Amino acid sequence: MQYEAPETTKAAVGLLAKAKGSAYVLAGGSDLLVRMKGGFVEPDLVVDIKRIKPMREVKKTASGFTIGAAVSCAELNENKALIKAWPGVVEAAGLIGSKQVQSRCTVVGNLCNASPAADSVPALVAAGAKAVIQGPKGKRKVAVEDVPVGPGRNSLKKGELIEAIELPARKGKSGDAYLRFIPRTEMDIAVVSAGVSLTLGEKGVIKDARVALGAVAPTVRLVKEAAKAIIGTKLDEAALEKLGKAASAACSPIDDKRGTIEFRTKVAAVLAKRAAQIAYKRAGGK
Amino acid sequence: MAVLVTTTINGDRVEFACEPNEPLLDVLRNRLGLSGAKEGCGTGDCGACSVQVDGRVVCSCLVLGVEAEGREIETVEGLAQGTELHPLQSKFLEHAALQCGVCTPGFLMAAKALLEKNPNPTEEEIRFGLAGNLCRCTGYDKIVRAVQDAAKVMRG
Ligand SMILES: Cc1cc2nc3c(=O)[nH]c(=O)nc-3n(C[C@H](O)[C@H](O)[C@H](O)COP(=O)(O)OP(=O)(O)OC[C@H]3O[C@@H](n4cnc5c(N)ncnc54)[C@H](O)[C@@H]3O)c2cc1C
Ligand code: FES
Ligand code: FES
Repeated sequence: MQYEAPETTKAAVGLLAKAKGSAYVLAGGSDLLVRMKGGFVEPDLVVDIKRIKPMREVKKTASGFTIGAAVSCAELNENKALIKAWPGVVEAAGLIGSKQVQSRCTVVGNLCNASPAADSVPALVAAGAKAVIQGPKGKRKVAVEDVPVGPGRNSLKKGELIEAIELPARKGKSGDAYLRFIPRTEMDIAVVSAGVSLTLGEKGVIKDARVALGAVAPTVRLVKEAAKAIIGTKLDEAALEKLGKAASAACSPIDDKRGTIEFRTKVAAVLAKRAAQIAYKRAGGK
Repeated sequence: MAVLVTTTINGDRVEFACEPNEPLLDVLRNRLGLSGAKEGCGTGDCGACSVQVDGRVVCSCLVLGVEAEGREIETVEGLAQGTELHPLQSKFLEHAALQCGVCTPGFLMAAKALLEKNPNPTEEEIRFGLAGNLCRCTGYDKIVRAVQDAAKVMRG
């Protein structure tokens, strides 16, 4: 195996593009190194992106936030401006693993690893985040929900990497939240999870919303029907009921030792409703 | 092909050669004779291999040795000052917060990182902060007490 730690994105893309065998980006390594250890992957080339300065930064711009691909989740949880604007995203990132894992893991690694249960992904999808992709053919931006295409598979092409995640600026009364169900209180994989982001208009009426579910389908799912159920409402009982139904209807989970199909489908509704209530409160609604 | 790496470990400049896919844990234990960090699982789950890299606690089994280039690494061997134990070490002994001791270096390093960020943690914060460290002997209570007591000493 060859290890490279380039200092520019361009150099990283160059290395990945001309790699002969299997090439992997190394961010925090909390998925990649585990898979290497288990013999599931045997990279010929590993490109460590942590020495690329712009990838280590969180930038606040007029259009929102740009989170560099090598920023650890521990660093996200120390960023006051980001916590204020996107508390749900930061909370979700903060749920990944232990303190030790937090020091290393990244939301981009979480996204690219493409686990249906990845904790930060439903929150990013609900937030309307975009992935900034750099590759041999230049730059392109895609919605984060279009990055994972199946368990462990993503839509990046040879030579491509994600440089950053863009989160939109928060306008007016907005809030987001992420909840997961796990049998323990920490260090566990989501059995079901839900992310909700919403913006209020006049008199606490929801003007805009996005709802995403994790661990109930092969990829994290953006559930437009669930968002529709609460837009135009003040999140009253009837709206919550409809939200829950739409969330359950969007589930096509697996049955495994962590949860049955029935359980996951039911809990998806519960978590979507609770996350919506937290997001609504954070947005200043009552 | 082995790669030459220059790094700082417990304040000392260290050079070593390692394979590109070799975990930092193996470098510490097998090449540098620093056998404090232990391998419990090798996959990030148990925390027995915890060390600090640039001031943050990590599982050294999930860091490549080559990543250490130019970084500052602290291991459990750097805790005691000469013959004087670190307050965490003294309190672990006093409270009998270990039995077999395999998890102890990892708990000490994780607890140190926790107290650096939060000098006066609640019991819940301690349990949460140390959730990445597993112990099959003590039942954790004694570890929590030792950390609380050490925090008190360290606050002065
Ligand atoms: C003990 C432990 C507990 C965990 N707990 C959780 C948990 O609670 N919730 C959860 O969701 N996950 C958990 N995980 C999984 C893992 O920590 C997360 O998925 C993490 O976010 C991965 O980020 P990373 O930076 O470490 O990724 P890496 O391992 O560095 O990379 C993951 C994958 O993405 C690719 N990649 C990384 N960055 C880029 C990029 N910029 N462009 C293109 N491809 C890229 C890599 O090549 C690799 O295939 C846990 C892992 C461990 C070891
Ligand atoms: S040996 Fe590293 S976490 Fe268990
Ligand atoms: S003392 Fe034996 S594992 Fe903790």
